[in-house]
Amino acid sequence: MVRPPLRLRIPEPARGHLPPDPVPFISAAGEMRRPDLDEKVERVALMRKQLVRVLDPEGQAVGEWVPTELTTDDKVRGLRDMMLLRSFDARLLRAHRQGKISFYMQALGEEAIACAHQRALQPGDMNFPTYRQQGLLVAGGYPIVTMMNQVLSNDHDPLKGRQLPVMYSSKEHGFFTISGNLATQYIQAVGWAMASALRGDTKIASAWIGEGASAESDFHAALVFASTYQAPVILNVVNNQWAISTPEDFARGASATFADRGYGFSIPAIRVDGNDYLAVFAATSWAAERARTNRGPTLVEWVTLRRGAHSTSDDPSVYRPDDEVARFPLGDPIDRLRRHLEVVGAWDEQRHAETQAAVDAEIAAAFDEADANGSVRDGHTADPRTMFDDVYAELPRHLREQRDQVGR
Amino acid sequence: MARMTMIEAIRDAHAVAMERDDRVVVFGEDVGYFGGVFRCTQGLQERFGSHRCFDTPISEAGIIGAAIGMAAYGLRPCVEIQFADYVYPAYDQIVSEAARLRHRSAGDFTAPIVVRMPSGGGIFGGQTHSQSPEALFTHVAGLTTVVVSNPVDAKGLLLAAIECDDPVMFFEPKRVYNGPFDGHHDRPVVPWSQHPLGEVPEGHYTIPLGTARVHRPGDELTVLAWGTLVHVAQAAAEETGIDAEVIDLRTLVPLDVDCITASVARTGRCLVVHEATRTSGFGAELSATVQERVFHHLEAPVTRVCGFDTPYPHAHEWSYFPGPRRVGRAMQELMRA
Ligand SMILES: Cc1ncc(C[n+]2csc(CCOP(=O)(O)OP(=O)(O)O)c2C)c(N)n1
Repeated sequence: MVRPPLRLRIPEPARGHLPPDPVPFISAAGEMRRPDLDEKVERVALMRKQLVRVLDPEGQAVGEWVPTELTTDDKVRGLRDMMLLRSFDARLLRAHRQGKISFYMQALGEEAIACAHQRALQPGDMNFPTYRQQGLLVAGGYPIVTMMNQVLSNDHDPLKGRQLPVMYSSKEHGFFTISGNLATQYIQAVGWAMASALRGDTKIASAWIGEGASAESDFHAALVFASTYQAPVILNVVNNQWAISTPEDFARGASATFADRGYGFSIPAIRVDGNDYLAVFAATSWAAERARTNRGPTLVEWVTLRRGAHSTSDDPSVYRPDDEVARFPLGDPIDRLRRHLEVVGAWDEQRHAETQAAVDAEIAAAFDEADANGSVRDGHTADPRTMFDDVYAELPRHLREQRDQVGR
Repeated sequence: MARMTMIEAIRDAHAVAMERDDRVVVFGEDVGYFGGVFRCTQGLQERFGSHRCFDTPISEAGIIGAAIGMAAYGLRPCVEIQFADYVYPAYDQIVSEAARLRHRSAGDFTAPIVVRMPSGGGIFGGQTHSQSPEALFTHVAGLTTVVVSNPVDAKGLLLAAIECDDPVMFFEPKRVYNGPFDGHHDRPVVPWSQHPLGEVPEGHYTIPLGTARVHRPGDELTVLAWGTLVHVAQAAAEETGIDAEVIDLRTLVPLDVDCITASVARTGRCLVVHEATRTSGFGAELSATVQERVFHHLEAPVTRVCGFDTPYPHAHEWSYFPGPRRVGRAMQELMRA
């Protein structure tokens, strides 16, 4: 018997010349049910090819997921958070073009996910973010100037110039120190959540990963531990369609969705429209409430689009189609929440313009203040001798000796 | 005082730490209900409950990653990697995360964890149950690396490691768990119950990290050793009749430089011995340190006796192991130089 030669499926890495794949499995707003907090995982798994959506094309909030606890003021604040974040990113991108900073990564198009998520958590909860969740800090009221000081690596940078720009850290704001090594934080978040439960505390953890980095083994370890110990953690997978130049199907493999990952671990997993602020808030609240009531971990695939380049070191024109943003079916998070507020009569052209001017002014003033503190480019950094601090709690002899050699 | 094996001393250290500080949690593969494959955590789950001592899935990256998260929360995890040979899946979590958390967050988050690992050969463990990978951790800024050689030190150093505010890699050469194995594999090992270092103080005490111990005082040459090789070096000194000073480094980083240089300045000769492979082993660091600091006292080149640069062979374990004959010969050559 002649057997056919074996073959591999090699996903197409560079699609610059092809039309983008349509995003599969898009439900209508309000179509997907809201499962009970203790709904059987088998039943939640049946929804893994649906999408939690609240805002319909007209801007109406519809269906079981409508977060009725959000007031109009909350929504206005959410819109402002996202506008502030977008303006923040734009200013720092410009600072990179001006040669003031060495590197930058923006969250353009993904603002709703971190901004609404942060609003749905409680003080004391801990996020274990990636480099694209600066919205957690912005929406959490972390000082913008301090973030800019970090990006400039100047002598007001709380991290003393030790980390690449955007790798923030703030325990106080529930923002775990960002690692440049992808995925490591995912299992750490599960450990943090386990600790909270071991101590009988009430705080929960929220773990973040890009869909590309979910291929790392730490992702698997995190799901095993979360499942085994039923840790109070939200396992977020931000599917922004791209991991630098590779499309999301490289990490997804032949599964239909990233939400598929949950069932094998008996972890309820849902897919959510990440560009729908109200859906993000509602889904986070659902997952957080499950964690807080000892119902264990929840995996959430946030479907969105990385609209910008991966980072300032990246040129996406080589690998991504020009019309991808225009064809993306989930629109823009700011436009969509704005439209909703207009439909409910809480917003109009003028208020939007005023808010835009106000956030731009706030960002400009913040940048001027941070910029006046100097940057790594002009040498206004922390004393180089401080690089020896915090390697250990106490300076050991060999580091004391090496510190004496700095600048000699 | 109580007579203890190194296993019992380690178990006792855990119990003392867990009694004193309810933030100390102990976990790893087979560590909870069963008490560890070497029994180092036996009885802890029963005594302190399964919220303090528990089993984990077989995922070293998961164990260390979770420990880091717990430490960031405020606990004091002391975890076991079943064999040091299996630490590599967790290497990224140790090197990129635990070691650097304090520095990269400017003290905002810290990772006070202890990673205990049975290490070393001499038990017919083949290449996957015999390694001594301590040097891989000494190369990493932010880590403290300890290798113990006896029950008294094991207890005091483990307590110090658990109380340390930084991550500690804690190696337990399993060949000395039950007695001071001196490399004579064809003879019975003296049990710790018949050795002064098996007399372990009861209750709480610590041995400061970063301090070496003169295991055998001597005048003619200095041997720098740790773990099992401390006992091998002592046997070699006694069998050759060379009055060697055997220093048990105990902590490799931070290194007790003063203890080393004071001894070598006096003896003028230095032999470094370790069970780990030779090339880029910690012996290289020690040789450089000695010649940088006490070159003018040296009467002979610093010499190394190490494991060969091959995987640890199962059938040829005793050809590979740097036993008292090889160490003794190197001592004699150093004395002739
Ligand atoms: C362990 C590791 N491998 C590779 C990289 C280089 N790298 C940085 S970001 C990135 C792509 C990540 O894509 P994804 O997880 O989808 O997140 P996104 O950037 O889309 O937000 C890669 C390969 C890294 N930082 N760490």
